[in-house]
Amino acid sequence: MARRTPVPRIVLTSVVAWTVGLVIFFPILWMLLTSFKTELAAFSSSPSFLFFHWTTENYVAVWTRSNYLEYAWNSVVIALGSTLVALAISVPAAWSMAFSPTKRTRGILMWMLSTKMLPPVGVLVPIYLLYRDAGLLDTRLGLVIVLCLSNLPIMVWLLFNYFKDIPKDILEAARMDGATIGKEIVYILAPMAVPGIASALLLNVILAWNEAFWSLNLTSSHAAPLTAFIASYASPEGLFWAKLSAASTMAIAPILVLGWFCQKQLVRGLTFGAVK
Amino acid sequence: MGRITLEGVTKSFDDTKVIHGADLEIEDGKFVVFVGPSGCGKTTLLRLIAGLEDVSGGRILIDGKDVTRLAPAKRGLSMVFQSYALYPHMSVRRNIAFGLKMARMPKDEIERRVAHAAGILNLTDYLDRRPGQLSGGQRQRVAIGRAIVREPKGFLFDEPLSNLDAALRVQMRLEVTRLQKQLKTTAVYVTHDQVEAMTMADQIVVLQAGRIEQVGTPLELYQRPANVFVAGFIGSPRMNLFEGPVAKRNGATTLGVRPEHLRVQPGEAVAPAGCEAWGGTVIQAEHLGSDTFVYVDVPGIGTLDARCTGELRVQVGDTVTLLPDMYQLHRFDAQQLAMA
Repeated sequence: MARRTPVPRIVLTSVVAWTVGLVIFFPILWMLLTSFKTELAAFSSSPSFLFFHWTTENYVAVWTRSNYLEYAWNSVVIALGSTLVALAISVPAAWSMAFSPTKRTRGILMWMLSTKMLPPVGVLVPIYLLYRDAGLLDTRLGLVIVLCLSNLPIMVWLLFNYFKDIPKDILEAARMDGATIGKEIVYILAPMAVPGIASALLLNVILAWNEAFWSLNLTSSHAAPLTAFIASYASPEGLFWAKLSAASTMAIAPILVLGWFCQKQLVRGLTFGAVK
Repeated sequence: MGRITLEGVTKSFDDTKVIHGADLEIEDGKFVVFVGPSGCGKTTLLRLIAGLEDVSGGRILIDGKDVTRLAPAKRGLSMVFQSYALYPHMSVRRNIAFGLKMARMPKDEIERRVAHAAGILNLTDYLDRRPGQLSGGQRQRVAIGRAIVREPKGFLFDEPLSNLDAALRVQMRLEVTRLQKQLKTTAVYVTHDQVEAMTMADQIVVLQAGRIEQVGTPLELYQRPANVFVAGFIGSPRMNLFEGPVAKRNGATTLGVRPEHLRVQPGEAVAPAGCEAWGGTVIQAEHLGSDTFVYVDVPGIGTLDARCTGELRVQVGDTVTLLPDMYQLHRFDAQQLAMA
C-alpha cells in the first residue's frame, strides 16, 4: 500500500503551488480584465479588480479598426507552415543522428543549439538585406523560412532525444524485413515516436505563434501575424491599455485553447523524454 | 538453398580491428553455432553476414552469389535478435506479416503464411495481442515466427535465448533445433553458452579475439581441440591444462586432461607400466549425487579437477591418486597448438 502523505504537507504544497500558479497567471488575468474595462478605468491610478463597469466596447473597436481575421490567418499559415517544414527536415535529421551517430554528432547537436544562444538582432541586418534582395520581405513564405530555421534546433533536439530511446534492434529488424529507409521511418519509427513528434509539433506551433521579433521586423502589412497586430496598438496613437489588452486577448486566445487541450503532450515534450 | 561462404572477411571499427580475416564455409541446411567469450566478435560476424554492418575487407557469398554490398533484406536471410526486437505498436499478426507486406505479397498469401507459422509456433490464440501482452517465451516465438514466414535461405540467431529463464531456455532450445531440422533451413546461431553450442550445433565455430580458432562438429572439438584455447573453452567442467615437468615427460609444452578422464583412487597407488599416476591431497569435494567433483592439489602440477560418476567417498584432506586415461591426454606445443 502506498504511504499516505501527511495532511500539513498537502496543505503546504497546495498553497505554494497555487501561489506560484497565480503569480504566473496574473498578468494574463489582468490583461483579460483590462480588456473589459473602459480606457479610463484601465488608466486609473487606483485599479479595481472585479468591481468596474464591464464593457465589450474594446473588442468592438479592435474588430472594426483592423482586420483581425487576416492577421489570424497569417499566424495560422506561418505557425503551421514553419512547423511542417521543420518537421520534414528534423525527423530525418534526428533519425540519422540517433541511429547512425558519428564522432561529430554530439558536436553538431551542440552547434545547432548554440545558434539559439545568438541574439536574433545580431543577424537582423544581414537577414533583412537578404530578404530585401530576394523579395521575401513582408511575405508569409519569408516568415515561414526564418521561423522554421530558428526553431529547427529545438525540434531536432526534442526528436533526437525521443528517437535515441527507441531500441536500434527494432529498426534493424525492420531493415531485415525489407523496409527501405522511408518505410522504416513511416511504419516503425514514427508510430513509436508519436508522443515525441506530437509534442515537438505542438511546441513549435506555440513558439512560432508567439514569435514577435522576426514578424515585427520582416513584415508590415501583407504577411503580418497576430503579434504584429498586438504591436500595432502599442504606440502610434498613444497607449490604449484597454484596446491593447483586447487585441492581445484575441491574439493569444486560439493558442491558449490549443495549449489547454494539449497540456499533457506539452509537459512530456518539455521534459525532453525524461518522463515516460 | 542457403550456402553461406565467408572469404577473408575483416571488420574494423575506426582503428580497431575486430574481425581478422574470417574464412568459413557453411553448408546448406546445417545448424552452425558461433561460440566464444564475450567480445570475441561472434555477434559482429553474424551482423556482417546479415548486412547490418559493412565489411571492411573480404567477401560474403550466399549460394555462390556475392552479397557483400547488398542490403540486408536482399540477402534472403532472417534474423532473430537477442532483445526479440518486436514492433511494439503492432499486433502479433502484423509483426509476423510485416516482412511479407514489405515484399508486397498478396494478402491471402500473407494470411496463409501467418496462419501456418502461428500454427507451428502455438501462437494462433495470440495473433491479435500486442507484444507487451505476451510472456518472454511467447515473444521469442513471435520473433521466430517473423523469421520463418519469409521462408529465407538462412536464419541468423543472435543469442536468442539469453533473456529467458533456465527452464524455458532448455525448452526453447529443443524447439529451435526441432524447427530447424523440420524446415531444413541453414541456421547461424550465436551464443556464449557452450552447452547450447554442443547440444544444438551440426558444426561449431569457436572464435577468440576476432579470429576463428577451430571449426568442427561438437565431438570433434571435444575430442580433438586444435589449440589450448579451444581445449579450455569447450567442455564443462573445463579441461585441466598445465605446464611443467609432467607435461615435458609426456613430450608436450602444455598437457591437458579432461576431468572425466581422471580416475580417482583413494590412498597412494603405483602407476601401471606406461601410465601416469599423480598423488595429491583433496582440497574440495562436491557431491552432486549423480557425479562427484574432486579438486586435488598435486605437487609439481597444481590443482586438478576430476569428475567421477556416482558417489565417491572422499573428504577434504584425504590423500588420493589420480590415474589419467593415457589415450585421452591432449598434448600442445610451445605455440599452444595441438600436437599430432
